[in-house]
Amino acid sequence: MLTIGRKLVEEIYAHGFAEAPLEACGYLAGRDGVASKYYPMTNVDQSAEHFTLDPQEQFAVVKEARQSGLQILAVAHTHPASPARPSPEDIRLAYDPNVLYVIYSLLEPPTIKAFRIRQGAVSEEKINAGA
Amino acid sequence: MDLIINGLTEKVEQDNLTVAELLTAKKVEAPEMVSVQLNGEFVRRADFAATPVKENDAVDFLYFMGGGADNERICH
Repeated sequence: MLTIGRKLVEEIYAHGFAEAPLEACGYLAGRDGVASKYYPMTNVDQSAEHFTLDPQEQFAVVKEARQSGLQILAVAHTHPASPARPSPEDIRLAYDPNVLYVIYSLLEPPTIKAFRIRQGAVSEEKINAGA
Repeated sequence: MDLIINGLTEKVEQDNLTVAELLTAKKVEAPEMVSVQLNGEFVRRADFAATPVKENDAVDFLYFMGGGADNERICH
């Protein structure tokens, strides 16, 4: 289970809507499955249907999180005009076995979901969007 | 030898390792999709097999991160 406080969820959505119609992306960091910080990241693809993180920015954020005593728990990205489920491309490009993949849809009503994706196998991970 | 891997000090059994061999030792499944920094400097993928790591080096690696809705766009 991944716990994301309501305020953090709002922060994630705010980034998504600000970047729309382009896809927005970022890292969620925290400890023991509880996210406490969202790092909005640059989508170098600048695309409505694709995202790629910038490795230089990835290293900077990972090191900053580490210095704050946090781990990267998940990578989040929007599906601005499609449901919150992994696309074939999301599944094919999910190389990192150590993170969850959070996908949030901007379709009404906005929806956020988390997935574990390992070698093509997808399982949904419950999100506890607590207080 | 001791290395600092992704911020944690770890002991690796071999004393002479390249970046490529270290990724294999760390069971990285898709090294061609990994970016590496050695002591804060990027190592080009083409140089993984020729770049040695030394005692107390800081090695950071992370996976390519990308994806997207692709062609799942819903038309209204």
